[in-house]
Amino acid sequence: MSAQHHESASAALHGRNDDHGHDDHPAHEEGHDHGSLGSYVIGFLLAVMLTAIPFWLVMAKVIANPQTTAVVLLAFAAVQVVVHMVYFLHMNPKSEGGWNMLALIFTTMLVVIMMSGSLWVMYHLNHNMMPVPMSKMRDMP
Amino acid sequence: MFDHVDLTKLIFGRLTLEAIPYQEPILQITFAMVALGGLTVFALMTWFRAWGPFWRDWVTSIDHKKIGIMYIVLALVMLLRGFADALMMRAQQAMSFGDQAGFLPPHHYDQIFTAHGVIMIFFVAMPLVTGLMNFVVPLQIGARDVAFPFLNNFSFWMTTCGAMLTMASLFVGEFARTGWLAYPPLSGIAASPDVGVDYYIWSLQIAGVGTLLSGINLIATIVKMRAPGMTMMRMPVFTWTALCTNVLIVAAFPVLTAVLGLLSLDRYFGTAFFSNDLGGNAMMYVNLIWIWGHPEVYILVLPVFGIFSEIVSTFSSKRLFGYSSMVYATVVITLLSYLVWLHHFFTMGSGASVNSFFGITTMIISIPTGAKIFNWLFTMYRGRIRFEVPMLWTIGFMITFVIGGMTGVLLAVPSADFVLHNSLFLIAHFHNVIIGGVVFGCFAGITYWFPKAFGYKLDAFWGKCAFWFWFIGFYFAFMPLYVLGLMGVTRRLSHFEDPTLQIWFVIAAIGAGLIALGIGSFLIGMVVSYRNREALRDLTGDPWGGRTLEWSTSSPPPAYNFAFTPRVHDTDAWADMKAAGYVRPLTGFVPIHMPKNTAAGFLISVLSAVFGFAAIWHMWLIAGLSFVTLLAAAIIHTFNYARDYYIPADEVVSTENERTRLLGTQG
Repeated sequence: MSAQHHESASAALHGRNDDHGHDDHPAHEEGHDHGSLGSYVIGFLLAVMLTAIPFWLVMAKVIANPQTTAVVLLAFAAVQVVVHMVYFLHMNPKSEGGWNMLALIFTTMLVVIMMSGSLWVMYHLNHNMMPVPMSKMRDMP
Repeated sequence: MFDHVDLTKLIFGRLTLEAIPYQEPILQITFAMVALGGLTVFALMTWFRAWGPFWRDWVTSIDHKKIGIMYIVLALVMLLRGFADALMMRAQQAMSFGDQAGFLPPHHYDQIFTAHGVIMIFFVAMPLVTGLMNFVVPLQIGARDVAFPFLNNFSFWMTTCGAMLTMASLFVGEFARTGWLAYPPLSGIAASPDVGVDYYIWSLQIAGVGTLLSGINLIATIVKMRAPGMTMMRMPVFTWTALCTNVLIVAAFPVLTAVLGLLSLDRYFGTAFFSNDLGGNAMMYVNLIWIWGHPEVYILVLPVFGIFSEIVSTFSSKRLFGYSSMVYATVVITLLSYLVWLHHFFTMGSGASVNSFFGITTMIISIPTGAKIFNWLFTMYRGRIRFEVPMLWTIGFMITFVIGGMTGVLLAVPSADFVLHNSLFLIAHFHNVIIGGVVFGCFAGITYWFPKAFGYKLDAFWGKCAFWFWFIGFYFAFMPLYVLGLMGVTRRLSHFEDPTLQIWFVIAAIGAGLIALGIGSFLIGMVVSYRNREALRDLTGDPWGGRTLEWSTSSPPPAYNFAFTPRVHDTDAWADMKAAGYVRPLTGFVPIHMPKNTAAGFLISVLSAVFGFAAIWHMWLIAGLSFVTLLAAAIIHTFNYARDYYIPADEVVSTENERTRLLGTQG
């Protein structure tokens, strides 16, 4: 029983040496993707394009409505974030045993909750704190 | 341009001799006592030549066990300060009726309730919880330290330096008079031009760095350093709750940092984020700070749920009922805690749709929490319950917390909240859940893990005294506040006109006195147990018949925790090992690779405290110098490559042989 409850001596030593602790899944190294020249070039080209297009959109005033321009720019920025994560940070659904993906989903969820919630709450507050006649007050949501 | 540079101003900023409150008798006496105590400690340390060992074994230590203990010592010291504030408030409110003004002027009273809140949450509850997690989690998962041992030491000293800055406001200048969340416009520069709010901002910013880093550290530890075989669903429940709490810390604390940063921009650079003019909106501060503030209460209470889970199953001598439902309940609470923040400001002007959404999400949280209570009850059902002190705290918690939870659901109804908002009913509610939950839980945890940390149990008699004084004292102190709150008495008042209310405040003051006896009993218990330590000694390392891995090693554990990393086959790993007839290996020891102590964390934290103090008093020269030194020290530390060493095999052999001998004496 004793042997079953313990790693062999050399494995125990190794467990400290690699400084990653003692993960059970052997896929530890395979989870890392260190990229290749090709992937870096693709990432670089995508990043440049995603920067140049918004720049052109603003400088050449391609879209008449500035608000629409802002929305389009934000969309490009979001894609840019994904490009960086995939090509430069080497994240994929399997990296770090799926923990990267989980953390990303959790973070995105919280940011969406915080931002949309704050916008909703503050919109409501501003709306309701405006001076309104008493007659209108009764019809408030 | 240089004509206007005033050297005194450059060095001392707005700090003048008037900032020392030598006219206040209360502060004079406090200062005399603190100075006397400090001198005594200094003299004793010098007499016993304790400074060297103190520096080598504690200040620079990166051993997670010692850091955990230091966190708890910090919390207990700050508890005395925070509780002194509480006693003063209770005394003032019990006296100050009609013609009687009491002994605290409003200016001073406002600082006291602010300091009480800030200290109790940030420098008592947080260090207690962080300290227990730091001590227990690596032992429970079979690791030898946390993932980033240096960061751990640094986090602790940042928290301590934040606490020291708050304490400094007692004798140099004054603390905020805004309430513990410092809502603008009251905390803005126009309404609070003095240093109080700046003390508040910088203490929390510095301590916040520590909390955030310790959160990252413990997540990495739990995710990466579990013993082989310990899958996620085999982790002890305390480790699960610690994981969820640290996820909450990492997600929530940056919001606090950002919102306090914006407030300091308003105060220092005249921006208008939360001002009344120039398009600022003070309501945004309230919204943002509660996006941090609500997860914060779950940061405090989740690990405590974990502590109770461990204690209930140990002292019922049985596996925890519904392990997986416990885990899912914890995860659900983690997610839901981000969806309820508006219930702290139902009355701020949102419409019915917003209020009802947040009211309903708040009520939903009581479902997973209720599931936990049932799990604990079913664990006890038909168990062989031993009513030792940790179990007393647990049962006290289950009764008290359910009452607090029910008043919480009551407050979650927006229309009821319009009546009870800002009243003493609210004060009674959150003390009910924080004392009944977090404080009882941390005392249970301290009593439970004390033999693991020091090698002897705490005295049971004084432990029971502490429990009963706290338990009864709590009901005396806070049930009257429920009554007063329902009658419409608002919070944070230093004077009352209606004499019929006085009796309730007198009862509450008596309750505070009983709690004082509880704290006293706990401290006496520590001394008595220390003097009686040979009789209370735990030689087996498993004094309670524990079920998780921390009980498989000696008490106190050796520096390396485990000579061999354990292999895990079941949820309650140690109970499983004992049942399977586990035999401790006696040969084959090898050198153990461990991290080395460093003074860098302490030094960088002290520099941060100097920077904070200078920023509070506008001493721009010192602020600039300390900030540059701080950055330099942090960069220089990265070039320190001598970070590890090996504990030689001989030393491991002799430590383990000593344990074999002690186990042999047990028969």
